[in-house]
Amino acid sequence: MAFDQNRPNGAGNMTGWRLGGLLTRPFAVFGRSAIAWVGNMGASAIFLLLAFLRIFKAKQPAKIVQQIYYIGARSTMIILLVGFFTGMVLGLQSYHALVKFGAQGALGTLVALTLVRELGPVLTAIMIAARAGSAITAEIGIQRISEQIDALDTMRIDPLRYLISPRIAASIISFPLLTALFDIIGIIGGYVSGVLLLGANAGTYIYRVQASMDMKDVTDGFIKAIVFAVIVSTVSCYQGYFAHMRPDSHGAKAVGLSTTSSVVLSCVLILVSDYVVTSLLI
Amino acid sequence: MDAPLPLIEFKDVTKRFDSRTVLDRINLKIYEGQVTTIIGLSGSGKSVLLKHIIGLIKPDEGTILFQGKPLSDMNEKESAAGLARISYMFQDNALFDSMTVYDNIALPLRETTHMGKSEIDRRVTARIQQTELEDAAHKYPSEISGGMQKRVALARALVTDPRIVLFDEPTSGQDPVRKNAILGMIAQYQRKFGFTAILVSHEIPDVYFISNRILALYDKSIVFQGSPEELEEFDHPFKDEVIRSLEGLQVELTGFYSKRQFKVMHHAQLARKTNGDTYCIVVFSLAGLDAIQTSSGYVVTQEAIRNLSMYIDKHFGAIGGFSTRLQQSEFVTVLPNSDMTEAKSILEDFIRDFREWDIADRLAIGRNEAGVEGCAEFAILAGIALGEPAADVASVVIAAQSQQVEIARVRCNSRR
Repeated sequence: MAFDQNRPNGAGNMTGWRLGGLLTRPFAVFGRSAIAWVGNMGASAIFLLLAFLRIFKAKQPAKIVQQIYYIGARSTMIILLVGFFTGMVLGLQSYHALVKFGAQGALGTLVALTLVRELGPVLTAIMIAARAGSAITAEIGIQRISEQIDALDTMRIDPLRYLISPRIAASIISFPLLTALFDIIGIIGGYVSGVLLLGANAGTYIYRVQASMDMKDVTDGFIKAIVFAVIVSTVSCYQGYFAHMRPDSHGAKAVGLSTTSSVVLSCVLILVSDYVVTSLLI
Repeated sequence: MDAPLPLIEFKDVTKRFDSRTVLDRINLKIYEGQVTTIIGLSGSGKSVLLKHIIGLIKPDEGTILFQGKPLSDMNEKESAAGLARISYMFQDNALFDSMTVYDNIALPLRETTHMGKSEIDRRVTARIQQTELEDAAHKYPSEISGGMQKRVALARALVTDPRIVLFDEPTSGQDPVRKNAILGMIAQYQRKFGFTAILVSHEIPDVYFISNRILALYDKSIVFQGSPEELEEFDHPFKDEVIRSLEGLQVELTGFYSKRQFKVMHHAQLARKTNGDTYCIVVFSLAGLDAIQTSSGYVVTQEAIRNLSMYIDKHFGAIGGFSTRLQQSEFVTVLPNSDMTEAKSILEDFIRDFREWDIADRLAIGRNEAGVEGCAEFAILAGIALGEPAADVASVVIAAQSQQVEIARVRCNSRR
């Protein structure tokens, strides 16, 4: 019933209406956010599908190789550094935990499985999201706000084919390779701290690494790496590509916020999807 | 005779952004092989209109016809074939800043054709030479000047041999000399390659000199379509609110009076005359504009036009004369109180003073733009004719044009 101020109980109705509004507002805000989130997820999925289909078009291999260099090869040093110290700290912590139970012989198993199944894919993806993902978002975002992407359209160059597909393909190729590198250098880091610095038995460490892992551990790690590659590349490209449509800002500020969103969203989605994929694979 | 089929036609095109209507029932026609300029105030929707042509924006209502066929009825292949004939030069150039000038120009050929490397190189090199960018070919856009960036954008727009080129505010952010240099460049290339040029601009009156047709966008609608001369006679609030505000009394580049102000002054001086009183009109021309632009560069050419016009203004202004710019390199001066004998004597004084100058230096034609190695020989012409209060000024100007003779000839740093 419509509110009527002339009615004797109009003031009471007004208060009730305001109270009702206050009570329902959080739901309205939540609902709008949820609708926007679902809309973005759907748009991202279509964006990914369209870009993925264009990977197989002509003139793509050269661009994919170029992107493998930017996303993959140029991330090697940071992956080696992080992988090595992650392995070392894992060896250090694990050794001191295992030694309490006299089980320091299991150091190799613990380091190898932790790295290959979990830390390798996850930390590699997070590092690439921070290094290459942010750069992808910033680069594409600047191209968007400076009309370079519109220029591609006017030249009849499909921006999804030219800009997005090579990056997604390069990520799918680079992530598993960098994950493998992270795993190997992490195991070496564990050896350095556990064996060389703390005195665990070298032969046992290497034997345990070899014996405790089977091929499924490696392939599961690679499956995760590919899932993370798709997530990071899609989020990074999508955030940059639609930087001009952000409701909260425009221009350079929009590119900055998109870059931040890209890294944060990538990291959150990596961790969420890690749990989902692990529960499916285990 | 049947009217020619428009290359592009808008029928009742309306565009809204949210609740804001930007274009309201737009009707316009653009013809092949012409330079058509869309004029209007900033923010009036000129760029939005242009983006409809290339398909970057779709209309909410109405139809856009390409060679008589609605774009909305075209299948993907027809639409792609139509768009393949169009190039777009963005207001801010939209060059890829991580690519060199050469790669920027080569990009559309590499990505949209099956040409071999040598063929692409041949075409790109040709465009680089035509736009005088040889020295900048391997530089990045951030390493070259704004004017050169415009030329790169133009070269990229022309490298695919388009039949239609859209220019969105090609002179924005440029000083008067460079504005005219860019317009001169567009006009010269349009003549050379024969494409249909559609410009969005509010550089009035500079764009008149290169345009065959003017479209006036005012209050979300096209209120005028016709030649620059027809626009002079157009009676509409658009003229007061837009053209007069943009044009001002004196033209930026030359310092001469605008054509309108020139007419007002001419009418005023005629009103003071009685039958039998005479006045004289002198028409000056810089001959061989295209050759000068090619050999000395566009900026140097415009500097020469500015310096020549300022010299004319200073010399004749001191004795009560007033001038305006008739064409890109043609100026008309009225000597309001002179008969033919006196006017000839004044002109002879002018020619003598002018020749005592180091003409090449003063006109700045003695130097070339970076990377331009040519050397133009060009002539300055002047013609004089007698006018009477009853005579039509246009016929006096034509008479003066027919009397033009060479008053000076310049070849780089030498003078003959």
